[in-house]
Amino acid sequence: MLTKLTHDIATLSRRRWLAATAGLVLGLAAFSNAKAQETIKVGVLHSLSGTMAISETTLKDTILFLIDEQNKKGGVMGKKLEAVVVDPASNWPLFAEKARELITKDKVSVVFGCWTSVSRKSVLPVFKELNSILFYPVQYEGEESERNVFYTGAAPNQQAIPAVDYLMKDEKVKRWVLAGTDYVYPRTTNKILEAYLKSKGVKQEDIMINYTPFGHSDWQTIVADIKKFGSAGKKTAVVSTINGDANVPFYKELGNQGIKATDIPVVAFSVGEEELAGIDTKPLLGHLAAWNYFQSIKSPENEKFIKAWQAYTKNPKRVTNDPMEAHVIGFDMWVKAVEKVKSTDPDKVIDALPGIEAKNLTGGTSKMLPNHHITKPVFIGEIKANGQFDVVWKTPGLVAGDAWSKELDGSKDLIGDWVGKKCGNYNTKTNKCGGQGS
Amino acid sequence: MSANFLDRFRAVLLAILFAACFAVPALAGPFEDAVAKFANDDFSDTDEAIGAVATSGNPLAFPIISALQDGRLSADPDTKKVFVTGADGKIIDAATGAAVDKLPDNAAAVRLNNRLRRAVEAALGGLTLLSPDPAKRIAAAQSVFKSHDENALPVIDGALAKETNKAVKAAFTEARAAILLYKSDATELEKLEAVAVIKARGDQEAMALLTGLGSDLPPNVARAVTTAIASIQSNLQMWSMVQNAWYGLSLGSVLLLAAIGLAITFGVMGVINMAHGEMVMIGAYTTFVVQEVIRTRYPGLFDYSLLIAVPLAFLVAGAIGVLIERGIIRFLYGRPLETLLATWGLSLVLQQAVRTMFGPTNREVGNPSWMSGAFELGQITITYNRLWILCFTLAVFVILLAMLRYTALGLEMRAVTQNRRMAASMGIATSRVDALTFGLGSGIAGIAGVALSQIDNVSPNLGQSYIIDSFMVVVFGGVGNLWGTLVGAFTLGIANKFLEPVAGAVLGKIAILVLIILFIQKRPRGLFALKGRAVEA
Repeated sequence: MLTKLTHDIATLSRRRWLAATAGLVLGLAAFSNAKAQETIKVGVLHSLSGTMAISETTLKDTILFLIDEQNKKGGVMGKKLEAVVVDPASNWPLFAEKARELITKDKVSVVFGCWTSVSRKSVLPVFKELNSILFYPVQYEGEESERNVFYTGAAPNQQAIPAVDYLMKDEKVKRWVLAGTDYVYPRTTNKILEAYLKSKGVKQEDIMINYTPFGHSDWQTIVADIKKFGSAGKKTAVVSTINGDANVPFYKELGNQGIKATDIPVVAFSVGEEELAGIDTKPLLGHLAAWNYFQSIKSPENEKFIKAWQAYTKNPKRVTNDPMEAHVIGFDMWVKAVEKVKSTDPDKVIDALPGIEAKNLTGGTSKMLPNHHITKPVFIGEIKANGQFDVVWKTPGLVAGDAWSKELDGSKDLIGDWVGKKCGNYNTKTNKCGGQGS
Repeated sequence: MSANFLDRFRAVLLAILFAACFAVPALAGPFEDAVAKFANDDFSDTDEAIGAVATSGNPLAFPIISALQDGRLSADPDTKKVFVTGADGKIIDAATGAAVDKLPDNAAAVRLNNRLRRAVEAALGGLTLLSPDPAKRIAAAQSVFKSHDENALPVIDGALAKETNKAVKAAFTEARAAILLYKSDATELEKLEAVAVIKARGDQEAMALLTGLGSDLPPNVARAVTTAIASIQSNLQMWSMVQNAWYGLSLGSVLLLAAIGLAITFGVMGVINMAHGEMVMIGAYTTFVVQEVIRTRYPGLFDYSLLIAVPLAFLVAGAIGVLIERGIIRFLYGRPLETLLATWGLSLVLQQAVRTMFGPTNREVGNPSWMSGAFELGQITITYNRLWILCFTLAVFVILLAMLRYTALGLEMRAVTQNRRMAASMGIATSRVDALTFGLGSGIAGIAGVALSQIDNVSPNLGQSYIIDSFMVVVFGGVGNLWGTLVGAFTLGIANKFLEPVAGAVLGKIAILVLIILFIQKRPRGLFALKGRAVEA
């Protein structure tokens, strides 16, 4: 091996020698230069392969885009930001491993990541043990408030409850189908919704709950059941927590069986611009989605963001969606907190974050709350033929995220308060902290 | 509450302003005022405008409302002028009917929400009851049936007297019955007759109409309604069995389609091919590419896109299959564990390759017009895409069977799989046949991908969701037997669809798996086990 190498070197021409040496020198220079200019490392923990890659890849690109923009403005505290991207491959235990790698080996100051609740639950112990910061950008089931996690997606009271209110008031819906994929987010959300609907006087026989496996593709029976349930002479609506890929065949079946939004509207919590990009939206006209952000919302911030994002991805058709906006807000809040305490030390940043305000893309200002959730506006959008949403309703102001649902018996007395009480599940009845986190 | 009040206040204010502005020219009648409300971009104003325009009797009412439904009604928020863009592209001023050259720059389409769409449908129902097209009259009668709006009664009565078309007449009679049933001052006799008409209709919408009635009915009518509901219910019950059977057939056809390629690579050749699902996925992506090319170059051919995609998908997936066999699998014959691991790894490689080339998100594969929509057969809805897939699957099955039975290649395949050494000594190039057989299995998986792209997502994960089901079908049906695969697929499909309403989708699936495990314990070789010496070969 070695003799071959020396032979190779010996046979190199003079000119190539020169070029090689120059390259080496340049490389060394760049290396020492990088050493001299210290960077702040930002971890990106989103699946780039496996089933969740469909949703999470965009979020990785979003963080890279935000870091790029921030570096153009001079970075944070005069230091450049550097992204460390890992791929947990839609594998929940791997999320924990990769999180540990990011914090201990790469020494990142903050991590933006996770999509599914199970991936978040899997990395929680790591973030607690190694005391780091996670920004979680997706709407989720609530019932959690952790010191090391900042939830920039919607809690159930920032998405599900307002959507049901809209249907009840504006569409006069009296009968409800709660359809979801069989895992923790739909199950908890539906439990909260069921309690909420009952508190509004909806009877048990007017609620139908239905769960399907992940990636369910044969919706014939369920759509026929919904049709039957909807023919009881009362206005019926479907509240869908169906996840990911299963949505496309579901909507196709609805369209084919002739269920129009004017007969039985479907309001979805997991269908956004990104998901609609994969379907022919004509049969879906008028079906609804509830989010805190829509690409179609007209505001100067949003227009600027969409333009910059499409320029960055070099794709004039690239869509934006709600979890992306959550990352935009979360990233901005983190930058402001770091600049406020002039340090990336996790303890200092965690204490500084509550109270930090950041502009959201829909023209308001979101604020980090003591329970580590943020305030957001809630919009109901109708699907248009071009795969975008037309906002038909919005909450009058921003809604504060509840870590613990007020509708469930087990959690209605709990609050998360990491500022005053230093506790994620403080019981306001007994005035006791139930221990760390959930 | 306060928002509502503000809206009202604003509306009143606007009305006063309008009155002030237009009082002198005296041109602005109630119709013009109503039309102008479309320009306010306020859902409750639009609602009022729809009602006022629809009942105005103005000849422009129909073009305005139908334009509103199709998104062709636009309004200029500054001048409060409203325009109708005709289906032929001609633009008129909605208030006067005068032709306009072009829309103002800031004119935007009048927005609708579901409540308003229902109002539009109801209004159009009233306006198209006298349309010359019988299909339109039936559709109009349907929407009156749903809205049972009392105001439509005189029009319906008039139309009914003139109507000669039988089907339309029946639809009008039903619509009339629906109105009478909900009309508070209809006589008891009228209501009883109405109940009888609706009972005869006997579908879910009739059921919805009857169950939606209040409790303040005369006792005789209430009794008639209860018996009618019971009779419709038992009728629908029977139809729901038929429906389950149809859904089962349809699910079975999807299972068969996904498994049929595997029945060759695994069933006939004995290769545990974990990359089978990825061949399906490649077929689906081929369809996507074909449609992309058609969309950009030859949009007129869109309805034929699937016909073009089928042979291409067969060739692409088949060629990749041959490459896999030549490159990897031929070194691993007789070593099932290694084959399993190698093909599993290969499936991940293929997935990631597609993800890199086409991106991780779903790709849109459109349905040609002949595959969209549904038709009613009795009380069940049969969707065209499912029906076509069933026919397509059976056709693929028959062609494959014929190929194995009647062609030289089929004969060689059977010879090689039954007794390799004997076949080799008879002069058959066994390794060439192996490659072609694997290619055939993969190619058929590719064809399956074309059909599955019509009902499922086209994403890199497409294949994964079918691989387990495919193995289940092949093992259950009996390895090495195409008929077993057919029977296995339809049995599992139908069993699944009869279990689903009872046990729910999640438990139903689990129950099926448990049943198969028990069945395999009893009959390890599946439904149709091969017998004789071939088994040991």
